[in-house]
Amino acid sequence: MAEAEESPGDPGTASPRPLFAGLSDISISQDIPVEGEITIPMRSRIREFDSSTLNESVRNTIMRDLKAVGKKFMHVLYPRKSNTLLRDWDLWGPLILCVTLALMLQRDSADSEKDGGPQFAEVFVIVRFGAVTITLNSKLLGGNISFFQSLCVLGYCILPLTVAMLICRLVLLADPGPVNFMVRLFVVIVMFAWSIVASTAFLADSQPPNRRALAVYPVFLFYFVISWMILTFTPQ
Amino acid sequence: MASADELTFHEFEEATNLLADTPDAATTSRSDQLTPQGHVAVAVGSGGSYGAEDEVEEESDKAALLQEQQQQQQPGFWTFSYYQSFFDVDTSQVLDRIKGSLLPRPGHNFVRHHLRNRPDLYGPFWICATLAFVLAVTGNLTLVLAQRRDPSIHYSPQFHKVTVAGISIYCYAWLVPLALWGFLRWRKGVQERMGPYTFLETVCIYGYSLFVFIPMVVLWLIPVPWLQWLFGALALGLSAAGLVFTLWPVVREDTRLVATVLLSVVVLLHALLAMGCKSLPPENVAPPPQITSLPSNIALSPTLPQSLAPS
Repeated sequence: MAEAEESPGDPGTASPRPLFAGLSDISISQDIPVEGEITIPMRSRIREFDSSTLNESVRNTIMRDLKAVGKKFMHVLYPRKSNTLLRDWDLWGPLILCVTLALMLQRDSADSEKDGGPQFAEVFVIVRFGAVTITLNSKLLGGNISFFQSLCVLGYCILPLTVAMLICRLVLLADPGPVNFMVRLFVVIVMFAWSIVASTAFLADSQPPNRRALAVYPVFLFYFVISWMILTFTPQ
Repeated sequence: MASADELTFHEFEEATNLLADTPDAATTSRSDQLTPQGHVAVAVGSGGSYGAEDEVEEESDKAALLQEQQQQQQPGFWTFSYYQSFFDVDTSQVLDRIKGSLLPRPGHNFVRHHLRNRPDLYGPFWICATLAFVLAVTGNLTLVLAQRRDPSIHYSPQFHKVTVAGISIYCYAWLVPLALWGFLRWRKGVQERMGPYTFLETVCIYGYSLFVFIPMVVLWLIPVPWLQWLFGALALGLSAAGLVFTLWPVVREDTRLVATVLLSVVVLLHALLAMGCKSLPPENVAPPPQITSLPSNIALSPTLPQSLAPS
């Protein structure tokens, strides 16, 4: 490369190259030291290139992940069209929510198998495999959202229904009756609508417009089944 | 460019004639190659309406190029795009197919007119899922309503019904078309004027015909026995008529005996499914209450396999 630069500028070339005009005069000899520092401007969001996370305390690591999960919870509770949920996906939140929901749907009675309420495994499998099926469906229909992003969104949008489950369990501590049921029905319907709105805000944009309803309907069915399980929960 | 001609809708009649002329069973690859090319090319044209979805546009550009190069090749079954070709439907097409299954007409062949030889898997899969969940939900609701009428009934969510309903419906909607397709292939050979339906088309026929059971199951919540039988008969009639009208052109070239036996077996299996749906709502109430105060579906036989005995 040095030899090419040493050749004098060819007067035959008509195109003016002011940027490289002086290069033809440069000759790199052996005794000019080439040293210095090559630094990349630090991008603070890329954690995996930052080797200092290996040395940090466990508390920092856990708090960072918990903060990320908490931030995503806030995004679900106030759904706006932001890309944070999609870009920094993680599956911790869906796991926590799924396990919490499945634990709360357990009945306290000793003969719970005979009563036929949903077991922990049934709820877990329905939630996880339901999310996987909806994601596959969305991708097969031609959506341009990645697999784990979709799982992340669907898992996080169960948060309103988990809150509904908590409220229902509290309401069931009062004496049963039609008012009790109406309150629970109202809460579950509101949270169901919230879940659908939150997940549609994130997922609907990834589909071509003539297939949007096809991709949203399974989400509707999924949250409807979960809401049904919450509504029919009786703790005795 | 030859593909410009394929962009217009004339290609559907040509494809139908082509299918009628070539009794070869490998019709899926031809029709899937003919139409997605036009379909993908249309997507490129309307790509501007997607907004900032440049990747979709580039992908469809690339897909159009790839499909032009692979004219004679279908993507292998291990690739994702093979399965994507079965979900190549729009919302309006799915709704149109559902409407076609709800209102069967004697001259209209569901496969030729509504599917247009482009079967999809979206409809059958999600209709079966919806039916399974609706069955479980309405069964639960029936028990709740019965308990309010008679508080001595012990209420339980009966969640395992979802599993039973789901497995049986999916088995019906996928194994029976497999058997039917195999039987038709065996009977037809390769010498017929109109080839038998491909496996996916048979699955589509069955899947979309199950759609009418969904409102039927919801309407069964009304606890009036003769109304329930009326709805059941109506739904079964519509669904079985759709099946029979679609299968008739394929079957009428066979001997009379085989044709009638086949069609009656199809109708019988459909009727068994309807009876199974009826007996799924819960009946195993703990203390036997007064029968007169309960709707009749509570007193049916408990489990699904025993539904063969008429209630």
